Amino acid sequence: MDGIYDSQGGIRSNFHIILFSSNSPANLCRVTEFFQQIINGLSLGAIYALIALGYTMVYGVLRFINFAHSDIFMVGAFSGYFFSRFFPSESIFGGISVVFLSMLVCAFLGMLIERVAYRPLRGSSKLNVLITAIGVSMFLEYSFQVKLTKPLSFPVLFPTMSFTLPGGIILSSTQVLVFVMTLLLLIALQYIVLYTKMGTAMRAVSFNPMAASLVGINNDAVISFTFGLGSALAAAGGILYSLNYPSIEPLMGVLPGLKAFVAAVLGGIGNIPGAALGGLLLGVIETFVNGSRYSTYTDAIAFTLLIIILIFRPSGLLGKVTVEKV
Amino acid sequence: MLHRPKTLLCFSLALAFGVSLLAPQLNPYHLDVLLTIGINIVLAVSLNLVNGYTGQFSLGHAGFMAVGAYASAAFTLFAAPRWFPDANFLVTSACFFVALLLGGLASAGAGVIVGAPSLRLKGDYLAIVTLGFGEIIRVIFRNVDALGGALGLNGIPFHTNFFWVSFWGLITIYMVLALVNSSFGRGFLAVRDDEIAAEAMGINTTQYKIIAFVVSAFFAGIAGGLYAHLKSSIDPKGFDFMRSIEIVVMVILGGMANTRGVIMAAVILTLLPEILCPIAEYRMVIYSLLLIILMLTRPQGLFSFRIRPHPSHSA
Repeated sequence: MDGIYDSQGGIRSNFHIILFSSNSPANLCRVTEFFQQIINGLSLGAIYALIALGYTMVYGVLRFINFAHSDIFMVGAFSGYFFSRFFPSESIFGGISVVFLSMLVCAFLGMLIERVAYRPLRGSSKLNVLITAIGVSMFLEYSFQVKLTKPLSFPVLFPTMSFTLPGGIILSSTQVLVFVMTLLLLIALQYIVLYTKMGTAMRAVSFNPMAASLVGINNDAVISFTFGLGSALAAAGGILYSLNYPSIEPLMGVLPGLKAFVAAVLGGIGNIPGAALGGLLLGVIETFVNGSRYSTYTDAIAFTLLIIILIFRPSGLLGKVTVEKV
Repeated sequence: MLHRPKTLLCFSLALAFGVSLLAPQLNPYHLDVLLTIGINIVLAVSLNLVNGYTGQFSLGHAGFMAVGAYASAAFTLFAAPRWFPDANFLVTSACFFVALLLGGLASAGAGVIVGAPSLRLKGDYLAIVTLGFGEIIRVIFRNVDALGGALGLNGIPFHTNFFWVSFWGLITIYMVLALVNSSFGRGFLAVRDDEIAAEAMGINTTQYKIIAFVVSAFFAGIAGGLYAHLKSSIDPKGFDFMRSIEIVVMVILGGMANTRGVIMAAVILTLLPEILCPIAEYRMVIYSLLLIILMLTRPQGLFSFRIRPHPSHSA
């Protein structure tokens, strides 16, 4: 009996050693790093998601890619910089007011762009609208660049601190802010789209514009509202992005914008939860690549992903597969 | 469109050779502008085959140009001196010709790689994928140390002269026009005007799109090679999205599927920044406003005077 106990004890202690070795500092470090990367990735992805929502909503109602969206993101960051002078820095009230005002400015800008550049082209060739959108995008970028030759450093809007979670994972207050704000905006958006009159009209226009106008929906107003909503989200994304990477310049929107577009396609363009999912996924993938030894290829990842998605599942992860009718 | 095109081509080539003998008399600055115009004509006319005649929207022309530039520069820098250490004028010229061809072929290969998966896409998706391709190319070149990484290749010998630029410019124009005006080439226009109808008539739209991509990429590669041997140094930054946009603006300004207009636009848009030097920082602002205003008021381009059915109804 003793022998058996002994042998069992021996086995047990062996087992302990194995368990312990899997918890050795190196492995613990790797696990911590894994979760740290996940958190960093999600916070980057949440910003992509905010931008992607604008792309996907505009695509839903107008069936075209608003190239200027990435520059509205940039304008959002710059108007945040501008408004931050009028509010105390590092305060929650000041920060929220700045974000709100920038969202307002960008919503108006988005509606203005739609009114001036896109509405006159309603019904003309898709290619013409696309070229105009590229033109608007370049116009915003380069008219800012004429005045600004050096990058500006973005002020600290919110109080900053960092929390250490069990296991040594570090969570900064900016990341918390990104998560909370994205979540709140997503809930608000979902509410608007699903439960308000305007949201219902938006869904109707995206479903069938002609039928929508037959039942008395003012398509132009709905499209204008959609641009405003998408642009406001892009502005919030711009400010959150600048809090993480506090150097802002006129071309800052190009890459995040393109990546957010990839995120929208990844989730299924025209699909709001899809855009959020695509954004988070892309953020995580990119952060992991950035942490690996292939970090110099980070910028190519999104496009590679886009090409793969478009070949194997063009309708995206959550999109419906549609058949093209003649 | 052209009467006796082959005779015209031979005549223009002879003329180009004659003029090239006079080129050394020119002031180097003027010669440089002239050669840049020629290279831009090659780029714009070749892009017009895809964007204008075939109705696909490519935003990655600078990427193809980069492939051609790197391939031909690598040949001239690394391969040619090893194989022909004692080069006289003829050997150098032949090497340059081979380098350009190599650049064109490498670029055409890239055209197949991009074209094949992109064929399932239309309009804005294709635009984004080609744009993404241009970015991927740049990221790759930035990471290949053998090709200089982010610094690029330097000290490329100056082989580009007036003769070679006009030679390839004429060949490009001739090839694109001959291709589009042949009975085979009508397929490009059919794909642009109504893809579904074209398919129903038995046209292999996939094949046409690939051919358009490959031919266009080939000439973009040639232009890249010419550019590399003109500027003597190339780096990945020089082939960015803005470079693609410049070429697209030339095509749109000239009028899509209007080779004559595109050539004029290439000339004007190359000269414009040189003339408007004092307001050079407004160049891109002017370009973008031009794009918007043109699309709103004159979508057929500045230099299109004939009325032709616009593909707007098919959208």
